[in-house]
Amino acid sequence: MPELYSLTIGEAGALLKKRELSSVELTTALLQRIRAVEDKVKAYVTVTDELALRQAAAADKRIAAGDAGPLTGIPMQLKDNLNTRGVRTTCSSRMLEQFVSPYDACVTERLAAAGAVLLGKGNMDEFAMGSSTENSAFFPTRNPWDLQRVPGGSSGGPAAAVAAGECLFSLGSDTGGSIRQPASFCGVVGLKPTYGLVSRYGLVAFASSLDQVGPLTKTVADCAVVLQAIAGHDARDSTSVARPVPGYAASLGKPIAGMRIGIPREYFQGIDPHVGQVLERAIQKLAQLGAVIDRGVSLPSTHYALAVYYILAPSEASANLARYDGAKYGFAAPDAKDMWDAMEQTRRHGFGPEVKRRILLGTYALSAGYYDAYYLKALKVRALIRQEFELVFQRYDALLTPTSPTPPFRLGEKLADPVQMYLSDVDTIPVNIAGIAGISVPAGFLEGLPVGMQLIGPAFSEPALLQIAHAYEQATGWHKLRAPVQ
Amino acid sequence: MVQTPVKTVAYEAVIGLEVHAQVLTRSKMFCGCAADYQSAAPNTRVCPVCMGMPGVLPVINKAAVEATVLTGLALHCTIAERPKFDRKNYPYPDLVKGYQISQYDLPISAKGWLEIDLDGERRRAGITRVHLEEDTAKLLHRSDPSGESYSLIDLNRSGTPLMEIVGEPDLRSAEEARQYLMKLRTILQYLGVSTGNMEEGSFRCDANVSVRPVGSTAYGTKVEVKNMNSFRSVYRALQFEVQRQQDVLQSGGRVVQETRGWSDAKGATQSQRSKEQAHDYRYFPEPDLPPLHLEPAWVEQVRSRLPELPDARRDRFQEQYGLSLYDARLLVASKALAEFFERTVAAAQSGDAKSRAKGAANWLLGEVSRLLNAEGVEIDSPNVKIGPEHVAEIVDLLEHKTVNQTVAKEAMEEAFRTGKKPSQIVQERGATQITTTEAIAPAVDAAIEANPQAVKDYLAGKETAVKFLVGQVMKATKGRANPTMVQEMLTQRLSARKA
Repeated sequence: MPELYSLTIGEAGALLKKRELSSVELTTALLQRIRAVEDKVKAYVTVTDELALRQAAAADKRIAAGDAGPLTGIPMQLKDNLNTRGVRTTCSSRMLEQFVSPYDACVTERLAAAGAVLLGKGNMDEFAMGSSTENSAFFPTRNPWDLQRVPGGSSGGPAAAVAAGECLFSLGSDTGGSIRQPASFCGVVGLKPTYGLVSRYGLVAFASSLDQVGPLTKTVADCAVVLQAIAGHDARDSTSVARPVPGYAASLGKPIAGMRIGIPREYFQGIDPHVGQVLERAIQKLAQLGAVIDRGVSLPSTHYALAVYYILAPSEASANLARYDGAKYGFAAPDAKDMWDAMEQTRRHGFGPEVKRRILLGTYALSAGYYDAYYLKALKVRALIRQEFELVFQRYDALLTPTSPTPPFRLGEKLADPVQMYLSDVDTIPVNIAGIAGISVPAGFLEGLPVGMQLIGPAFSEPALLQIAHAYEQATGWHKLRAPVQ
Repeated sequence: MVQTPVKTVAYEAVIGLEVHAQVLTRSKMFCGCAADYQSAAPNTRVCPVCMGMPGVLPVINKAAVEATVLTGLALHCTIAERPKFDRKNYPYPDLVKGYQISQYDLPISAKGWLEIDLDGERRRAGITRVHLEEDTAKLLHRSDPSGESYSLIDLNRSGTPLMEIVGEPDLRSAEEARQYLMKLRTILQYLGVSTGNMEEGSFRCDANVSVRPVGSTAYGTKVEVKNMNSFRSVYRALQFEVQRQQDVLQSGGRVVQETRGWSDAKGATQSQRSKEQAHDYRYFPEPDLPPLHLEPAWVEQVRSRLPELPDARRDRFQEQYGLSLYDARLLVASKALAEFFERTVAAAQSGDAKSRAKGAANWLLGEVSRLLNAEGVEIDSPNVKIGPEHVAEIVDLLEHKTVNQTVAKEAMEEAFRTGKKPSQIVQERGATQITTTEAIAPAVDAAIEANPQAVKDYLAGKETAVKFLVGQVMKATKGRANPTMVQEMLTQRLSARKA
């Protein structure tokens, strides 16, 4: 038998169901793995040993009672911007370093109801702002495939934890690529669901019109299982969509022959040529599987997506982060002169530089006299980008693109140049702008570093994306490789 | 040296009011917490949403939207089909999220009017918009024994629904502003969407005030006046501010655009914030709430629930009950009083409808109002012991001449104090009116006997002397004799002597 920590959800679930393995044994093995590699990887902000073992024992009772689902007893991690009652939710920020939420996020509730076991909270770029997890106020997370390199971000902790076998799955959040880009960098599967498919209630907001919660898993089948557990309408999120949730497992294993996959040329411009080669082989593999490939696709507004994003996301963030003033919870600057000084000092010392940069950007973009030129214009371009995707999806089931233009870069490499860092999300951002679905699946390696490919589909096309991704995965076997960290 | 002659220019005031009214709903604007914050202990009507916890999301309270649509319709506004919510950004510790969810460019309703009545002249004052937003928490400023000041925060009010009614700058005096405000409050009370209580802060008013030479169509520099906590302070503050601006202009000065706070104690407005320090609220569409869709058919359903409004009721009272305009206006100014009046008329049994109505109106606007004012209560306050049936009995007792005016007034007062029925009070006091000639005759004869001088005066042509004799009879009967009969009997007997 392989090491317990390297099991997929499917494999572990089968063993649990047959009672060949208990959740307590599995959880204990995962906690041991965390102890063994966490010093190197640094994927966790908080590890909840005791809670995990209690939940595992409860899961074992459920399994014994025959009341188990596919996630019952499965040890998981949650990104540290998902509220967990009684467990710190820090957003990897000094501002919330000691913040213990009084309530659970919708996804936390749903996974608890499914019987999943919480191992702890995943490190991230502060308030999900960043692409390398170096913006965590506590420590950077490292890529389990090469500890000198970043795991991507902002869900770097979750991606690295899954890749390093420090959990069986994790949940991330994706505002401009924060699930898919780290999934690509860490060689795991990451899905950004359609906006409105998963409730945002309890996800600490970065940019409300773009944020979505989604799974990071070792395989596409695991992704389908986790998505099944978290998808579906929630009355507490007015942007969550009330429509029936399909059975995602049903689309796995179906042949993809005849499915139409477009290759939009704008996404391949300016990327690392080696990444291009990896993707070329992936395209050929899909063609072998019978997919109809069309390379004549163009989405000309793509070039504006990054600019639109860096107006809209900081604008929304500037309001979303206004609540952190030290008056109610979280960090409060000591020794302030008066009320205003207290608020200013709290924000000066509680937020890191990237968060402040984005608050400033957003505040500026929304200011009187600039609103029309920036925010309003960005909204208009957003509508154009959406329309372009809608038109293209009349002809294709999915689009195939790089997830990120480069393989994982070195720690510190892009810290000095925010724009270079922002460009790491150039291929993922349009999906958030349009509110549609995107998945990153491992597509190969460059000198031992994972490279992901992104499949983009129209709103609520998750079944088709999972179907294509699964067919590709099964035909290649990249998902069977495990990161070398020990 | 050339001297500029001092020109006397006549100025007129230009006033527009912004009213914030708390909407009467069971739950808050964006969460399920109870909205009855005033009766609850501090920080007991709270949840993660209205505490502005990280990760919470708003959900629109449909009842509050309905109340706003209803108000918009009552104020003759157009209802938007796709209104939306926006974020209004400003930092303050009573604003838990650092932004207020409000409405910016697409309010629920806009472009309406209400009618004000000025010495019989009716005029429409424009309503710019009626929109919905959330209220802030309450800060309580305290200081400890060492003199160090600190602030406490009560989050119960945070996130309760608030309706903002913005009026056009159509008001030309403090009195017009007062009329507008009272009419607006009455309408909200008729709709049942707000208590309209200014003292408790559930009905708040800010004013934009400028002055300009009469005949000018351009607006002068406007000043925002805040901190007016009663109808009286609105009136006083506006009178003061209009005069202040006129004085500034007349002495050759310039009015500065600023915010001024009214001080009741000082009887003056004082500068609070100049335009340079004004906030840039950086409004943008609330991404957590998709635009509302108010189906025209649903709006029509809401319209069909509009109750009779004060203007219509005033006209009906005049028509149906033959009341004077003055009485009708006073009665409908309070929804509770108007309803009390109608129930009184219905409960009374004597005379015809118009005489019952006249009696009921007289009693309610006279003695009953006096008693209520003395106690500082409203007719529908829970501790008021009389109901329409009490007043109806008084009207009937008088109509049947069972008691006279003096006794009726005493009975009303006792009923008000004790809640006893007036008929019972009169019975217990033995105070029913004496209305037979046989019963009154002895007292009449005794009065003539005992007051020869008055009789002599009367016979000498001094007719007022009979009043004195009536008084004597009333005194002897402890006020129970019917005064009209007494007068008649006296005149009859004295005239017989004359002949």
